[in-house]
Amino acid sequence: MTPEELNKLAATTRKHQQQFAHQINVCVGTGCQSSGSAAVLEALTGEVKKTGAQSSCLVRGSGCRGMCASGPLLSVDPEGVLYGPVTVEDAPDLVRSLSEGKLTRLVCESDSPFFTRQCRVVLENAGRIDPERIQDYIAMEGYSALARVVTEMSPGEVLEEITRSGLRGRGGAGYPTGLKWSTVAKARSEQKYVICNGDEGDPGAFMDRSVMEDDPHRIIEGMAIAAYAVGAKQGYIYVRAEYPLAIKRLKNALAQAKRDGFLGDGICGSSFSFTVDLRLGAGAFVCGEETALIASVEGRRGMPRPRPPYPAVAGLWGKPTLINNVETFGNIQSIIRKGADWFATIGTERSKGTKVFALTGRVANSGLIEVPMGITLREIVYEIGGGIPEGRRCKGVQTGGPSGGCIPEALLDRPVDYESLAELGSIMGSGGMIVIDETSCMVDVAKYFMEFCMTESCGKCVPCRTGTSQMHDLLHKITEGEASLDDLDLLQELCEVVRNTSLCGLGQSAPNPVLSTLRYFKDEYMAHIVDKQCPAGVCQMRHAVEV
Amino acid sequence: MLSYLLKQPPAPPSGDKRWKLVGATMRRYGYESYALIETMHAVQEAFGFLDEEALRFVAASLRVPLSRVYGVATFYHYFTLKPQGRHTCVLCTGTACYIKGSSKNLAAVEDKYKIKPGDTTKDDNLSLLTARCLGSCGLAPAGVFDGEVVAKLTPDLVMGRIARWMP
Repeated sequence: MTPEELNKLAATTRKHQQQFAHQINVCVGTGCQSSGSAAVLEALTGEVKKTGAQSSCLVRGSGCRGMCASGPLLSVDPEGVLYGPVTVEDAPDLVRSLSEGKLTRLVCESDSPFFTRQCRVVLENAGRIDPERIQDYIAMEGYSALARVVTEMSPGEVLEEITRSGLRGRGGAGYPTGLKWSTVAKARSEQKYVICNGDEGDPGAFMDRSVMEDDPHRIIEGMAIAAYAVGAKQGYIYVRAEYPLAIKRLKNALAQAKRDGFLGDGICGSSFSFTVDLRLGAGAFVCGEETALIASVEGRRGMPRPRPPYPAVAGLWGKPTLINNVETFGNIQSIIRKGADWFATIGTERSKGTKVFALTGRVANSGLIEVPMGITLREIVYEIGGGIPEGRRCKGVQTGGPSGGCIPEALLDRPVDYESLAELGSIMGSGGMIVIDETSCMVDVAKYFMEFCMTESCGKCVPCRTGTSQMHDLLHKITEGEASLDDLDLLQELCEVVRNTSLCGLGQSAPNPVLSTLRYFKDEYMAHIVDKQCPAGVCQMRHAVEV
Repeated sequence: MLSYLLKQPPAPPSGDKRWKLVGATMRRYGYESYALIETMHAVQEAFGFLDEEALRFVAASLRVPLSRVYGVATFYHYFTLKPQGRHTCVLCTGTACYIKGSSKNLAAVEDKYKIKPGDTTKDDNLSLLTARCLGSCGLAPAGVFDGEVVAKLTPDLVMGRIARWMP
């Protein structure tokens, strides 16, 4: 498809959509589907047909609105009214409301801070397009960035644009994307690869899943632009097998993109060729680490290897390989379309753009949010999240999953950016954000994460394999009320050893949950060790001291 | 591709039609060794688990050592070497679910049916599994009952669901 044809298709699709006076977009993401949105979609389609409104009302499935807890959600556009939770029985009332006005009993306030404080870049199409239709994506200017890149820009110009935008890797570590791309572009090889890391293994995080489910073409477009910039012809999307819906949507999107000439030979009438294959993970957290992921794509056990050489120099089958996270690729088309300068206006000095977070745990509005970098944690928890339910006190926020740390309530005014979170002993991570209230014991939380790291350690290097298991035992001892102060010293020492000597990121960051809770919640550790008491009443002390 | 031309892949262990699906997957990748994980996904999807016969067949077809096939099968949590019961209950133990009390749900099932995660009851009726994260964190604690995701679980809700399957 040439750029002209693309524009024409976008215009026709938009015109077709505007023929309908109303559009009902029913969320069919994993969250709302678990609350029964598929039945709601069916009921509404039937109802619209029954009342003969199908010429004026379009009913379609669409992506995640973010407020999964109030699901199933649907929106009526162009009015922009959000309804939820909707049941099958509400269908007749909803269809009637199109002519009779808002159905107030189901309205979900879309002008609440949960929606107004967000800034949607990667998720701009989520909930506004049918993820299974490429035309919908094209109508939102989809693939226009790719068409422009391959017909008007040189690879060097693309690299320059991405570098200037200040985009950093959204997988958690925050390596400058432009720099990574340039390294792969400079590497000399006949064959290069682009890999999209969709192995979102961090428990409590589902940002990438949402992007893959709600807007799969955005990722394909981002990867194709990257491939053009670095000179790759083959790409892989590595997805967790645990995300069946994301896999289905990606497969469908890949077939459509190929059919319409956005993948394959001679993309958009240029001489650029690129194909993408899907690879399924099989449930190993360590495969999120890039060298382990490469081993897994090669059909081996997902075990990391020492770096250097970095994958940018010697990656998949020894060839230069660019690996970026789903969300990173999701930013690319917006940067090309709207320009690096536009992107750089969002965010802070060193962390540009937005970040998608999965806000969960003890918070009123749990769900998926996209916020500009630099927003404070307090704004996220209390304004967007609506605070802690049942009048309980917030104890802290956990970011970065098993590799991150717990930030106490007192420090919630710090901005969200790569450096600030690292300073606090946590990490940006891939975007899991779990709010913890006083009903949770921080030692128990640390033990939970250590249990995770212990199980997920691949076993290749000794510090991680043995260290995580020893640290888990020590934490277990503390939660049982059987530990001494010497055990605490040993735990701290082990944290240092494992952090400094492990082979890959999993081991190096495994002590983070312990170190951060020790830093901010040492009193809880002391209560367990000295007083043999669990302040939150979570741990069953074996030698509880009678008060 | 060359290895495939040089030597015909071995015949499937039985006339079971499901082997055709497995064969098709391997053929699509030209019987290259990197198709190992994809092939095992195909086997598990067709048969529900990976037994020794299947591992041997895959190893011979892709010409990789059995030890490597076994290594991959046991390294990844998604693959199971044991057959599942008639019904499966998967409880999410991800962080959001954990903070919201998934361990109580798990303990309830463990106590009542005397099984641990990964086990199947003696009558082959129920398999209990845990998941690292279903990605339904907004609906924590979540679980999957015979493929259906159920949100905001409580011990009563879990036990009620399982009781429906029980004779």
